Amino acid sequence: MDLVFMIIYAVCLMLLLLGAVTYAILFERKVIGYMQIRIGPNRHGPWGMLQTIADVSKLLMKEDVIPKAADRPIFILAPVIAFVPSFAIYATISWSENIYAADLNIGVLYFIGISSITTLGVVMGGWASNNKYSLMGAMRSVAQVISYEIPLVLSIVGVVILAGSLNFREIVFYQESIGLWLIIPQFLGFIVYMIAAIAELNRSPFDLPEAESELVSGYHTEYSGFRYAFFMLAEYTYAIAISALATTLFLGGWLGPAFLPGVVWFLLKMCVFMFIWFWLRATLPRARVDHLMGFGWKVLIPLALLNIVITSIIKVWMG
Amino acid sequence: MDLALYYENYTYVVIFLLLGVALPVVALWFGRLVRPKNPYEEKLVTYESGIKPTGDAQVRFHVAYYIVALEFIIFDVETVFLYPWAVTLDQLGWAGLNAMLIFIFVLGLGLAYSWKKKVLEWN
Repeated sequence: MDLVFMIIYAVCLMLLLLGAVTYAILFERKVIGYMQIRIGPNRHGPWGMLQTIADVSKLLMKEDVIPKAADRPIFILAPVIAFVPSFAIYATISWSENIYAADLNIGVLYFIGISSITTLGVVMGGWASNNKYSLMGAMRSVAQVISYEIPLVLSIVGVVILAGSLNFREIVFYQESIGLWLIIPQFLGFIVYMIAAIAELNRSPFDLPEAESELVSGYHTEYSGFRYAFFMLAEYTYAIAISALATTLFLGGWLGPAFLPGVVWFLLKMCVFMFIWFWLRATLPRARVDHLMGFGWKVLIPLALLNIVITSIIKVWMG
Repeated sequence: MDLALYYENYTYVVIFLLLGVALPVVALWFGRLVRPKNPYEEKLVTYESGIKPTGDAQVRFHVAYYIVALEFIIFDVETVFLYPWAVTLDQLGWAGLNAMLIFIFVLGLGLAYSWKKKVLEWN
């Protein structure tokens, strides 16, 4: 009985997530469209509501081309390896006080650990394609993601020090008990988290692994049809997960005035983060690769360490 | 936390992992029913801006990537030490704080050294 309920929860979450990704893509295209004084997609359904569904069905009906020079088993495995971790991290996210699945007491570690496996899928895809653009895109992606993983992980330590727990729910309960969202005492950590998160997501202005003006399309150049769709799906599910993590850690999760239920507050805060990713994409030009790497190591890591030192001293001082 | 709850939580994790594998498998299998299949020699050539691909792409790459990977491992191991410390800082008090500050200071020295040695420059 319990197991049935668990499976139903997971399947429902997956369906909701697929819907969320569908409309996140539409939202992105609309937002960027209006920012560039265009209308964006408006042909399929009212307000372009069916555009992404049309795109996905087209991808489903595309021929599945695997180049002869490619390393076939790894080529096939790569999109799956990229997608599975980005979905598995949803097991720990607590959507409201009552809606949650796995209440892990090492939630933060689980999230970080599992999500970094996605990189492996990217390297496998780039290497197995046996294509020069793919390999360069994949190598850049790895260098970038491992460089920005450290500031991302270090910026969360500040939150963990204050809350004294790695459990997502307890971190939110802590924010409830002090009556303050952690974005205020952890503002430096929040800034480092946001910048590192954009680089982790390979999103503009740090989308060098997919820089279409130099690398065609980066690690998924050789992918077509639904295999390509799974790389894209992994990217967007991960973007939503990173927004959910930011909401839990810095914006008080489901906390908010009582006239709306907690889960609505959670989703609204997530939308704010999604909007910020799209907004930055429409605003900033792409960074140069040496600037990008230098910025991570020389600015973000020292700042993140400084944040840890300050937070821990204050925490011990106050008792 | 009691053991039953512990198992329940990790059952969720396993279900999510299995479901994550199932979606691509089902979707690609379903796609096989509706998509065309017409491969021929030219279609299966690796893409290289429209010309015939020269040589193999699976080559050795620049040493800078290995150095970044080494730096990453050093700092990643550091975070492994930081997390348990951060959770228990309440009980550790000043002694724990001082120990970790020395640790971070030594690590900062290492970062400054690699900075000076131009390891962090990307060419």
